Amino acid sequence: MSNTHAPAHRPQDLDDAIAGGVGESPLRPDGALKVRGDFAYSSDLWAENMLWGATLRSPHPSARIRSIDIGPALRAPGVYTVLTAADVPGRNLYGLKDIDQPVLAEEMVRYRGEAVALVAADHPETARRALDLVEVDYEVLEPVVDAELAARDESVPKVHPGGNTVRYQPIVKGDPEATADVVVSGTYTVGMQDQAFLGPESGLAIPGEDGGVDLYLATQDLHSDRKQTAAALDLDPELVRMTMSGVGGAFGGREDLSMQVHVCMLALRTGRPVKIVYDREESFFGHVHRHPARMYYEHGATEDGDLVYVRAQLYFDGGAYASKTPVVVGNGTTLGVGPYDVPNVSIQGWGMYTNNPPCGAMRGLGAVQPAFAYESQMDRLAAKLGMDPVELRIRNAISRGGTTPTGQVLDYPAPVAELLRRVRDLPLPAAHNPDTAPDIRDLPGGASNTTHGEGVVRGVGYGVCIKNVCYAEGADDFSTARVRLQVVAGEPLAMVHTAAAEVGQGVVTVQQQITRSELGVERVNIHPNDTEVGPAGSSSASRQTYVTGGAVQAACRAVRDRLLALTAERFGEPASELSLAGGKVVSAGSGVVADIAEVLGSEVVEETREYHHRETFPLDEQGHSERAQVQHAFSAHRAVVDVDTELGLIKVVQLDCSQDVGKAVNPESVVGQIQGGSAQGLGLAVMEEIQVGEGKIRNPSFTDYLIPTILDMPPMNVDVIERGDPNAPYGVRGVGEPPTISSTPAIVAAIRAATGEELTHVPVGPEHVIG
Amino acid sequence: MRLNLNVNGRAMTADDVWEGESLLYVLRERLGLPGSKNACEQGECGSCTVYLDRVPVCACLVAAGQAQDREVGTVEGLADEEELAPVQRAFVDEGAVQCGFCTPGLLVAADDLINRVPEPSDAEIREALAGNLCRCTGYEKIMAAVRTAAERNAGTGISGSTGGDRE
Repeated sequence: MSNTHAPAHRPQDLDDAIAGGVGESPLRPDGALKVRGDFAYSSDLWAENMLWGATLRSPHPSARIRSIDIGPALRAPGVYTVLTAADVPGRNLYGLKDIDQPVLAEEMVRYRGEAVALVAADHPETARRALDLVEVDYEVLEPVVDAELAARDESVPKVHPGGNTVRYQPIVKGDPEATADVVVSGTYTVGMQDQAFLGPESGLAIPGEDGGVDLYLATQDLHSDRKQTAAALDLDPELVRMTMSGVGGAFGGREDLSMQVHVCMLALRTGRPVKIVYDREESFFGHVHRHPARMYYEHGATEDGDLVYVRAQLYFDGGAYASKTPVVVGNGTTLGVGPYDVPNVSIQGWGMYTNNPPCGAMRGLGAVQPAFAYESQMDRLAAKLGMDPVELRIRNAISRGGTTPTGQVLDYPAPVAELLRRVRDLPLPAAHNPDTAPDIRDLPGGASNTTHGEGVVRGVGYGVCIKNVCYAEGADDFSTARVRLQVVAGEPLAMVHTAAAEVGQGVVTVQQQITRSELGVERVNIHPNDTEVGPAGSSSASRQTYVTGGAVQAACRAVRDRLLALTAERFGEPASELSLAGGKVVSAGSGVVADIAEVLGSEVVEETREYHHRETFPLDEQGHSERAQVQHAFSAHRAVVDVDTELGLIKVVQLDCSQDVGKAVNPESVVGQIQGGSAQGLGLAVMEEIQVGEGKIRNPSFTDYLIPTILDMPPMNVDVIERGDPNAPYGVRGVGEPPTISSTPAIVAAIRAATGEELTHVPVGPEHVIG
Repeated sequence: MRLNLNVNGRAMTADDVWEGESLLYVLRERLGLPGSKNACEQGECGSCTVYLDRVPVCACLVAAGQAQDREVGTVEGLADEEELAPVQRAFVDEGAVQCGFCTPGLLVAADDLINRVPEPSDAEIREALAGNLCRCTGYEKIMAAVRTAAERNAGTGISGSTGGDRE
């Protein structure tokens, strides 16, 4: 564009629409800081006179504490304090749903890794060595390690006084005793997966002069942390001020407390700043994992391939404390038939206490485990019917207007069949050319040079899934946003303040985009996340763009209304005729009225709004509810794998995904979520399992717990469609979780297709595929 | 002990270093350079990758004393003041950064790659970055970023940063 004859700037010039709004892919605002190494993660923090905290953990999965002697540790040079349960100022219990977990163990330890004592010292190594000097006398007990046995057998010792069942939920639809011509059944197990976020748990607590404490930390939900921490510290929540630092990934693993209360206790006791940073091994003990599950399924269908019934029993091992187990049971049972229309359903789900490591939230919460089972069943049914597995799925796919097993009618698009067709139609990779020597890097085993193609077989498999978005079953799910608009340096500047945890997913970018679109201003700053604004809820359940997006939209519109009222007052235009665009106030009748900056002058317009999504309701004793969940999201994967059947090595060659995202607020970030989520599903399919024996984690390191590297993750075709949900802001549909769910069964189906093995456990290991 | 080393072109000294400390600990806790990350402390994740005499290493596996009188290059030294290095710019542009915890190590490894191999194939990129774990991105956008950085280098004839003059 030439500016040779450009006139001086006049408000009547309506510029092009503001760039970087909803539907575009502006770059993330924290990107430059992150690539410079200047972004301050919680483990990077430092304060003058800072001490280092460390945590003594139980070596036993079940034991009675007879006594603790802190004397030798306290006398060690460089040690400032040693704390035990007796030093917890307030309630020595916390929890997300059931408040059942001690801040520091008292009388009993219920899992290997449970926190027993704390040390603060002047060097991290001094603190670690002091832990060895704390003398704990344990009476070791036999651990409860089998969740199904705990559910079935009354004689199993009680891990908690109230019994071992955290939640039991049946779901019944139609005739629970229905019969069918074609029946397939199977037992499926899912191993314990770890979130394996790269940034370990960490926080810096600074004691305040008012008796309170400031905690800088990495978390998924500041207000949830504050509520639990304040109760344990016996402090007014206003005195527990939490500020988000850089978060090195989360994936559900930061929903529960880890070091929060501990580091505040040490800071308040010593009167000095204290930092706790877990190392990788401690991180494996310091957060919850994905629930391992054992699932019994039976599917009945007509000869034509119409599903008649699904019956299932699901056993989830919740470990020593409840955490999100109630929600896992709720999601697992309600979503237990998958994205299919099934007239007759009978599902029972149990979430159990055991002395295994506590399990809780991980991406795909409660929906990952049954998806592996129901999709395996669909493949088994297709084989028995002699049908194409994709055609069988399309034939039974749920769609808009369909009814879930809980009786909820889907009153928004549910393009399950369309996703299956689309993913099937994506281009396939070329087959190996038998006439040329393959590049061994493309084969299972890669540069290890284990095969030149001999013994390698290829398979293709599909998976599709359903996941609920946002909190469910009657939870009041909301977020809060404060938006301020003022003139800075001659131009309008919006400031958005929420507590929505930026854990890498890009909610900071989304908030900027929404504000630009709503207010028509280019410059949008994101205030640091803290507890000085109302709750946002957790960055989980694929919910932040929905609820915090909704809150930012609402706050922006309130600011806009005030701005338009100001304009009406000053310029005599009726407010009903006015709107904001391109940094200006525009009248429908007379065009540009004024620059936003001119209207604002020295005024600061600030509004705070909450966004509550439409109400959900609890399940009754039959698992019925008019609306148990606010929204459902769907994705479909196709996997292509090569398997070296002699060595049992698996290489995923290509992994493709079609997903409905309602509205892609930031299309590039949506693709990033799908790629990253798919990689975690690949991990569960072929490599990731926390090995637990007699209640103890055997592989708490990245040497022994393997997550996908860049060599394990194949290229992806990602196909995003937008079938907007009329109930959601901008029509958005949660994005983060589905790709983690449908990728796993697709990969396993492909391995089955290649090898002919049944494969009833994930992760699939070499021992499962050696012919 | 006292440790003297050169970091990002500057002579630096750390006092009272305990013999058991790693180079990573000294960089992060004693020299005010927390850009290099600690995610596993076993050399498995690559988040702490730095140049040591222009060779990429896991700083968590280098004893602090081994860095005496040597040259260390960290993520903080990749950019030329205000100007991001080509790999840094490409990681931002391609959306290769989500949580960003793996990013500093990946940038050093990628910077090293495009200095050694100006036009790397996809297989070469994967091999070069196989020691760097990322849990957020699924690696696709990291692949795109390294390709973009290499293409931009080829287009301008500008080589990479810290390790750029390596023979």
